[in-house]
Amino acid sequence: MPKRTAYTAKIEHYQILDENGELDTRLAKNTLTDEDVVFLYEQMSISRHYDEIAFKLQRSGRMGTYPQNKGQEAGPAAAGLVMKQRGSVDWIAPCYRENLALFLNGLPMESILLHWMGDERGNKIPDGVNILPMAIPIGTHPLHAVGLGWSAKYKEEDRVGVAFFGDGATSEGDVHEAMNFAGALKLPCVFFCQNNKWAISVPSSTQTASETFAQKGLAYGHHCVQVDGNDIFACYKIFKEAIDRARMEHKPTFIEALTYRLGDHTTADDARRYRDQAEVDEWAKKDPLIRTRKYLENKGLWDDDRQAQIEAKAKEIVSRVVKNAEGIEKPKTSDFFDDMFAVLPDELVRQRETMRTSVLGQRPQTETLAGQPQHA
Amino acid sequence: MASLTLVQAINLALIQEMEADDRVLILGEDVGKNGGVFRVTEGLHERFGAKRVVDTPLAESGIMGSAIGLAMGGLRPIPEIQFEGFMGPAYDQLTNHAARYRSRSRGSITIPMTVRVPVGGGIHAPELHSDSPEAIYAHTPGLKVVMPSSPYDAKGLLISAIRDPDPVVFFEPKRIYRSFREEVPEDEYTVPIGKAKIVEEGSDLTVVTWGASTVQCIEAMDSLPEDLSVELIDLRTIYPWDEETVVESVNKTGRCVIVHEAPKTAGFGAEVATVIQERCFLKLQAPVQRVAGFDTVMPYYKLELEYLPDAARIGKGILECAAY
Ligand SMILES: Cc1ncc(C[n+]2csc(CCOP(=O)(O)OP(=O)(O)O)c2C)c(N)n1
Ligand SMILES: [Mg+2]
Repeated sequence: MPKRTAYTAKIEHYQILDENGELDTRLAKNTLTDEDVVFLYEQMSISRHYDEIAFKLQRSGRMGTYPQNKGQEAGPAAAGLVMKQRGSVDWIAPCYRENLALFLNGLPMESILLHWMGDERGNKIPDGVNILPMAIPIGTHPLHAVGLGWSAKYKEEDRVGVAFFGDGATSEGDVHEAMNFAGALKLPCVFFCQNNKWAISVPSSTQTASETFAQKGLAYGHHCVQVDGNDIFACYKIFKEAIDRARMEHKPTFIEALTYRLGDHTTADDARRYRDQAEVDEWAKKDPLIRTRKYLENKGLWDDDRQAQIEAKAKEIVSRVVKNAEGIEKPKTSDFFDDMFAVLPDELVRQRETMRTSVLGQRPQTETLAGQPQHA
Repeated sequence: MASLTLVQAINLALIQEMEADDRVLILGEDVGKNGGVFRVTEGLHERFGAKRVVDTPLAESGIMGSAIGLAMGGLRPIPEIQFEGFMGPAYDQLTNHAARYRSRSRGSITIPMTVRVPVGGGIHAPELHSDSPEAIYAHTPGLKVVMPSSPYDAKGLLISAIRDPDPVVFFEPKRIYRSFREEVPEDEYTVPIGKAKIVEEGSDLTVVTWGASTVQCIEAMDSLPEDLSVELIDLRTIYPWDEETVVESVNKTGRCVIVHEAPKTAGFGAEVATVIQERCFLKLQAPVQRVAGFDTVMPYYKLELEYLPDAARIGKGILECAAY
């Protein structure tokens, strides 16, 4: 046979909870319990409020640049819950648009605010929390999830390396090297790509000529799947399967979660320059909070009273978090020296003690030569 | 003449070179419709179209490597790397290819491209948006490295860079992107690569600096004693740097303070100090003094002003060198 088909593939798309709050009960089987859904809705509400307050802090000069998570809460919430239910043993290598996955697995809510307030203490990870600091260089950290998954396999631990990243990140070479390593070395890893349609001003259609982002994993031997990223049921189901596939088969999964960045890229951005409001309005209707609330209301699990309660609770939690983040004592200058090495080289100690970068001035002025101008 | 900010001066230079030479094109992340995250390429997409102002996929190695190919193909690409902290992925292409093609092909292949990169701290930016890596590229044989400190120089140096037959890394100090205006001629003009500028003449002590630190040095000089006459030199080009201007000045003053934002150790100040030692040895009346960033990771913005050399630290360095 001179000609045959060497390879065919298809990418499945999962949606279980649609934008009207209607559930596909068949697909929803063995996924989220009622309590889980209530919990996730509450968490997403708190996260949304956190985002709004963070935005206001930036606008009033109390915080630097901040990237809102608004509209993208469902994927991180559902994936975060899967990992939380496993005892938060998995390694999370995050970008900056999955706050909720981090909060659900032990990162204090203050940390993210502190980071964006220009304070490295926001990156200090409490003992026993398996989360890396947010990666600022786009697409570099999935390799760390790969190495962490590898270390778990090596030590025969039941842990998975999980990377969160955006559609734009898939254009970086490092992401492809990460995907290839995970596939070729058979590592327990999950790649969670939040396709929010934009990478700052660049639409995902400019980012790639590929029909889906999910199919990018095919070339590296991943199990690949696309989900409605605003649907907590689909995200939960697919992420849980991915974790199990990683643990039991050491086969990586590439998940493309279709979602939308409802806010600007960051507070330094103005999305009106490059995208139509009509598109934003369309996606606002698909907001994960709206559909989850509808679902809960239809099931008689939610009402206006409970809504008022969670809004009050969100306010209380977030204002306490803001107070803690803003109330922290000013960092000391010596801080940026002290964590450079386990043992500081002499030169660094000298720089720290004197705040000097020249040998001059570190000695008493008695060395001043006679006859020279004396201005010191 | 118009009174322009550094951003506007660069924007004008880009427009004029693109009008004059249709081989010139811009590529990078968000440079098109958005006009760049600092708005340096504002209006260019509308004016020249998507063929010449190209929003690329998010990949610095891709931007740099394909710009090399464009240059080899007879064009004059201007790749933009969004922040200096993201040159990492492009490093291999820039240093192992762009810098070496002419030499390894014995002159048969050349890479006339200008890599634009916002640089430096002081704007309250997040991590990896505030570094000063100029010494790394000055230490890469085959690259020219430029860093203007004023709108006038920015326009003239950028035009020189675009017309240069070799790869130029054009660092734009973001701290002074919009901090002041200067008269900038409407017509095209060049400021030569490799020529320093004597910002202020003086006879007692030489200060050598570049980029946004130039502004800090001017501020420091304002509060020095009247009878201390300081000569301020802005290198403008880090490589190939203007040894003659510096050597002549230090031979006259006998004292030198070098100021830069980058970490001290193996910073470009070390090179300048060495050449001064080689060429002004018998004229020196004090050790060359460095006021620089510390040998640490650039701190997040709560502490960035304690890291960056400011007028107080620079002034102290000058006084101590003068008193030595
Ligand atoms: C290596 C690198 N290049 C450029 C940037 C600047 N930058 C920050 S976010 C971003 C877009 C990221 O898009 P995407 O991966 O889709 O994530 P999203 O912001 O949409 O969540 C860019 C270009 C960066 N942080 N790192
Ligand atoms: Mg995106």
